[in-house]
Amino acid sequence: MSVQLKTGRNELFTDPDPDNARAFFRTKSRELKSKISNAEEVVRTMLKDGDYIGIGGFGANRIPTAILHEIVRQKKKNLALAGHTATHDFQILVGGECIDRCDVAYIIGLEARGLSPNARRAVQSGKIKLTEWTNASLSWRLKAAAMGLSFMPTRNILGTTTFEYSAAKEIECPFTGKKFAALPALYPDFAAIHVHECDIFGNARVYGASVSDQDLAKASKRVVLTTERLITNDEIRQNPESTFIPFWCVDAVIEVPYGSYPGNMPYEYFSDEAYIKEWLAAEKDPEEFKKFMDKQIYGTKDFYEYLELNGGIKKIQKLRAQELLIDTEIGGKK
Amino acid sequence: MADFNSMELMICIAARNLEDGATVVVGTGAPCATAMLAQKTHSPNLCIMFEAGGVAPLLPSMPISVGDSRTFHKAIMASSMPEIMETCQRGMVDYTFLGGAQIDMYGNINSTMIGDDHSKPKVRFPGSGGANDLASLCWRTMMMTPQDSKRFTSKCDFITSPGYLQGGNSRYEAGLPLGTGPYRIITNMAIMGFDEESKRMKVLSINPGYSRKDVQDNCGFELLWADKIENTDPPHENELRILREEVDPFRYIIGR
Repeated sequence: MSVQLKTGRNELFTDPDPDNARAFFRTKSRELKSKISNAEEVVRTMLKDGDYIGIGGFGANRIPTAILHEIVRQKKKNLALAGHTATHDFQILVGGECIDRCDVAYIIGLEARGLSPNARRAVQSGKIKLTEWTNASLSWRLKAAAMGLSFMPTRNILGTTTFEYSAAKEIECPFTGKKFAALPALYPDFAAIHVHECDIFGNARVYGASVSDQDLAKASKRVVLTTERLITNDEIRQNPESTFIPFWCVDAVIEVPYGSYPGNMPYEYFSDEAYIKEWLAAEKDPEEFKKFMDKQIYGTKDFYEYLELNGGIKKIQKLRAQELLIDTEIGGKK
Repeated sequence: MADFNSMELMICIAARNLEDGATVVVGTGAPCATAMLAQKTHSPNLCIMFEAGGVAPLLPSMPISVGDSRTFHKAIMASSMPEIMETCQRGMVDYTFLGGAQIDMYGNINSTMIGDDHSKPKVRFPGSGGANDLASLCWRTMMMTPQDSKRFTSKCDFITSPGYLQGGNSRYEAGLPLGTGPYRIITNMAIMGFDEESKRMKVLSINPGYSRKDVQDNCGFELLWADKIENTDPPHENELRILREEVDPFRYIIGR
């Protein structure tokens, strides 16, 4: 039986060629050396206009806020984004007008919190070029790259308009003759991932749901980790099975305590829902939102000033109690 | 008969479809409430999974995000998105729930856009997220939605997630796994299934307070009707009590 094989019509924003990727990875340092840096330097030296980026975590869970803000502060332009349940991270990058291309799985929404008015305006205006995918598709595209391949055969997206506006291709399985989707490997230029712990070399631990971050770290050409806390290399070596990302994937390490704020950080602090609501409200009016961005991001020097502006340690203590389900009222709740 | 609103009705009916020992991937909101209700009534060993990696948590409260820390609170596993999606693709996940702006007679769902120009949509929605994957790979897809003739449309502007595509055998011919597809559409007015041959939406049961005419009038395509149309068994006292007191005490979902 010969089957008609279709091809998605939208643009493939990245090169899936594994030999081109290998040529790059050949040049990447394997040295066990300190990679300590800061957000200003990382964004200035590791990211250039036009790059394709991936953001770790899940929209407003375990996100590298310090890097997202710094991308906006340094006014990076024409970036492409892996929109893999991109929620608050998407809000920040669209607020800074940093993105002009996006591989979409989930954008403009903030899950149960509703939709981002500013991101929706930007997308509906046609300013951002979109290619459609799905969450599993982006996970598997990263996995194909993490494996050093050019594509992954899968059984999702077939038969739908999602496929039609993707850049996938249908293929016939050489063993069964069945039709599969071939999803092109995704090798981002740059990835930022927030982790719980890592050493100065970039050996990192993540607790809780890990989304696609292990594959994102392997697939990306340049990787920066922000970490809740630095730990010693000795500690890494005491529990090598806990190492989630190894040093050779990592180019820079920045210690940013509370660095997922206002997002949730599993076992550390819950998301600041009141603040995210404030952000959504500010977005309704473009002029108001401009003032909001000025105050929150352009007007703050770094993540620490931003956190102070929004309640600092006291706020974090509240969110920490919420995360750990601890009753912190004097004498306990009535 | 107990007093209830249409969200409570849909959640109680949907929960009865989740049998003990089954696996289900849910999102935030009504699907999560449905799975929690099933677990607290007839299916204590229902395995609830979230697409970002949470498996079988003991949910202390309703999650805000399918990746927040509640989704793996005292869980069996805090895994990854590929882990969950590959478990679906391997055929180990029985149920999922989807939502959307449009649904057609074959159970195809639109959660991407309204309009006819993809590069400049009239209205843009978030897109698939994990919906297309779950609709493609889980055995049975269900939907809970209020019913009106705009949402139940003769043609989706965009098919984000596959139902039975063009009907008949077209879903399998497109390459989607054999034996998968939409199972139940639960609305405020009725419970629908799908015809075995044509794969068209078919009314199985009418909810209290609605007529056959209401159900068809609030649908933008012609519905098929089962030979014997049942009267939906309304929510029981104990289902409502558990839903209101234990599942959603702050009425985040049932208060909508």
